[in-house]
Amino acid sequence: MSIDMAQFHQVFFEESFEGLDAMESGLLNLDMGDVNVDEINTIFRAAHSIKGGSGTFGFTAVSDFTHVMETLLDEMRDGRRRVTQPAVNVLLGSVDCLREMLRAIRDGAEIDGESVGAHKRSLDSELNNHSPADGVGLSQPQKASAAAGAEEQISGWAIAFSPHPHLLKTGNEPVRMFRELLTLGHLRVTADLQGVPDLYDLDPEECHLSWKLELDGNVPVSEIDEIFDWVEDDCDLAKQAVFSSASAFDRQAAFGVSEHIVPDAVPAVPVKPEQTAARSKEPKGDEPKAAAKGSSSIRVDTGKIDTLINMVGELVITQSMLSLIGEHFELGKLDQLKNGLSQLERHTRELQESVMNIRMLPISFVFSRFPRLAHDISSKLGKKIELKLVGEHTEVDKTVVELLSDPLVHLVRNSLDHGIEMPDVRLAAGKTETGTVTLEAYHRGGNIVIEVSDDGKGLDKDKLRAKAVEKGLIEPDAVLTDKQTYELIFMPGFSTAEKLTDISGRGVGMDVVRRNIQALGGNIEIISTLGKGSTISIHLPLTLAILDGQSIAVGDETYIVPLGSIIESLNIKEDRLNRVVGKGETFLLRGQYLPIIRMHEIFNVVSAKHTKLTEGLLVVVEGQGVRCGLFVDDLLGQQQVVIKSLEANYRRVEGVSGATILGDGSVALILDIPGLVRLANQ
Amino acid sequence: MTAEAKSDARSEQFLTFELAGEAYGIEILKVQEIRGWEPIRKIPNTPAYLKGALNLRGSIVPIVDLRERFNMEKIEYTPTTVVIVMCIQTESTGTTVMGIVADAVSDVLDIDLNEIKASPNLGAKINTRYIRGMYVGKTNMVMLLDVDKLLNPDEFMDIAVLPLAAESK
Repeated sequence: MSIDMAQFHQVFFEESFEGLDAMESGLLNLDMGDVNVDEINTIFRAAHSIKGGSGTFGFTAVSDFTHVMETLLDEMRDGRRRVTQPAVNVLLGSVDCLREMLRAIRDGAEIDGESVGAHKRSLDSELNNHSPADGVGLSQPQKASAAAGAEEQISGWAIAFSPHPHLLKTGNEPVRMFRELLTLGHLRVTADLQGVPDLYDLDPEECHLSWKLELDGNVPVSEIDEIFDWVEDDCDLAKQAVFSSASAFDRQAAFGVSEHIVPDAVPAVPVKPEQTAARSKEPKGDEPKAAAKGSSSIRVDTGKIDTLINMVGELVITQSMLSLIGEHFELGKLDQLKNGLSQLERHTRELQESVMNIRMLPISFVFSRFPRLAHDISSKLGKKIELKLVGEHTEVDKTVVELLSDPLVHLVRNSLDHGIEMPDVRLAAGKTETGTVTLEAYHRGGNIVIEVSDDGKGLDKDKLRAKAVEKGLIEPDAVLTDKQTYELIFMPGFSTAEKLTDISGRGVGMDVVRRNIQALGGNIEIISTLGKGSTISIHLPLTLAILDGQSIAVGDETYIVPLGSIIESLNIKEDRLNRVVGKGETFLLRGQYLPIIRMHEIFNVVSAKHTKLTEGLLVVVEGQGVRCGLFVDDLLGQQQVVIKSLEANYRRVEGVSGATILGDGSVALILDIPGLVRLANQ
Repeated sequence: MTAEAKSDARSEQFLTFELAGEAYGIEILKVQEIRGWEPIRKIPNTPAYLKGALNLRGSIVPIVDLRERFNMEKIEYTPTTVVIVMCIQTESTGTTVMGIVADAVSDVLDIDLNEIKASPNLGAKINTRYIRGMYVGKTNMVMLLDVDKLLNPDEFMDIAVLPLAAESK
């Protein structure tokens, strides 16, 4: 084959991983008592496409493995096998195993043969275990061959193959299949031209031929099936084993046609078996190459694309309207021009919004993995847990989705493991036996909020405190507010679980979680009531590419402060100013002393208008829990700004998180509040 | 004909520009565009020769003043002052876009690579690390700069310390 298959690998992997996710959620949804055939069909279809795809690309290990799964699923689908929890667990395990195999192939790594073998064995044993006694479980040809094999040696096969006219359109090529057959043994092919219509009626893209194939040799039926696997649904296929005692007459009889068909009508067949054998082996021996990494793609809802196209259409209309006005402009058309311009503005804004929207994915991409997690953990720990997902359709930026999944896994795992009590403890505490963990996502302002809440035992403040003291994280006499106490769990090296489980409790989780969330520009909070449960909420900016900003002026310079970090802006009164050791300036605001960061000093702006604190303005900001006041000349206005990287062409600059382009085309720097605080402390 | 013969693999085109009366040359394939000087946004806490950042059709491009970079006398920008925007290749950061401020652009020269002379050894006083070589033209001498080394963002920090330290003395 001259096509470079590698170019399709990425698509194959993406689809396969999606298929695996579909299988997983399908399996988890299976209700043991009342099995929904559609569900099993979905699972089966996913397995089937993975098998097909991996076969095409020569990933035989995967296709072989999937084949076993498929057989099991097939029997479930036909109702020949009951769906049992152990079987589902084995299948879930196999899904994981498949995922590992595909990952290994994608990354060009070695497949873990041991684990694959183990999973395959458990699948096989599951297959054999529950195999129905009456043998209905075997598919038809297998039964035939089994029966035949018992009687006498098979000397060959007679196969009648009549493809449906659309076979060629599905990309299948009979001659290729025959060549494949030829590798199994000596093959005689007879074409039946009867179906070929008159030249005037002939559609050259359809296949009107049918074939009779005689294959010599004791070939297992499975090998023949494999060749015809792809065309099963696109042809009529009859196979009959020919036994050594059978005469030529029997063969003819097997075809069920009379002898007047001319065997010479076969054009393409006498190929030497050795040649084709060599050729057919080629793709198998070809080691799967590591797929190209790095490029990432995104699947976009067609609806979104349609909206975009609509908007671009309207934009073009507005533009042509405007140019029409401009061509013969007179003062009387001023109103028209204004209208047109405001329309243009609206369209551009809408277009911008919908383009940004393309990057948005429903958070269910992250949430969907949790039912599995809950299922595994609850069965491992013997807890009864119900997982509720709320607001799965809330949309988040793709980057956020990708980076959010690991922190969320930590949080959910913690809730399942530490939060929810054992059933007997719950009953004793007057709660329902089944614990509930709720994952909720919703929009609030320009933020997305994700909450992980449980109705478990909650955080014990005294215990947290004692632990922190024991670990030397705080002084024994430190005074902490409730909030500060709960935040102790985000300290590195903190874990209150008495003994470590393999699920959680190593104390490396929460500080990493907080760091990841903060890296995304978000923050994480915890609210807990002892005995009632805890809620951890994550606030994240909706998108990483656009931000609501307040522009501030310092001399000739314009900076953007993220609106989310601004608490208030105020005039400075002399009597509220304090100087610590004559240097560090603070401002008394509602009983709190705010450190003042003079922007013109920290950024060396010589053109600053005001150097006396009482003349300028103080912008109170909060970053990573630290409040401070930025001393600036003036506030300019609020606007949405598109974040541009400063690092792309230069490097990181402390105190600056990026740059943006203002309406007049000039560049403005976006301030990084935590960075500024660090800079000021140096 | 002669022009064609010159543009074979053994010769390269260089854009020459003026800086305090001296001629400098850079590989023309590195040059993305030449613009007039316009006020740009300062980036705080960066070396003085980094004049700031420019909006170049949506991407943020840092601009380096070569006079200040080479510790030459500062002058007021004139109408002939140009910003030469270049693509820089570095190992650590890949391709980056940066601009340099020069007094004026002069010419495009076809230079036979064999005619490029190694930069002379000027002793420890002058660092010739950023000079690729010298070319002696009919009327003057052109210093050919290695912009990949000269504008490597990683080097900014190291040298940044030097002028500041010198000033404080």
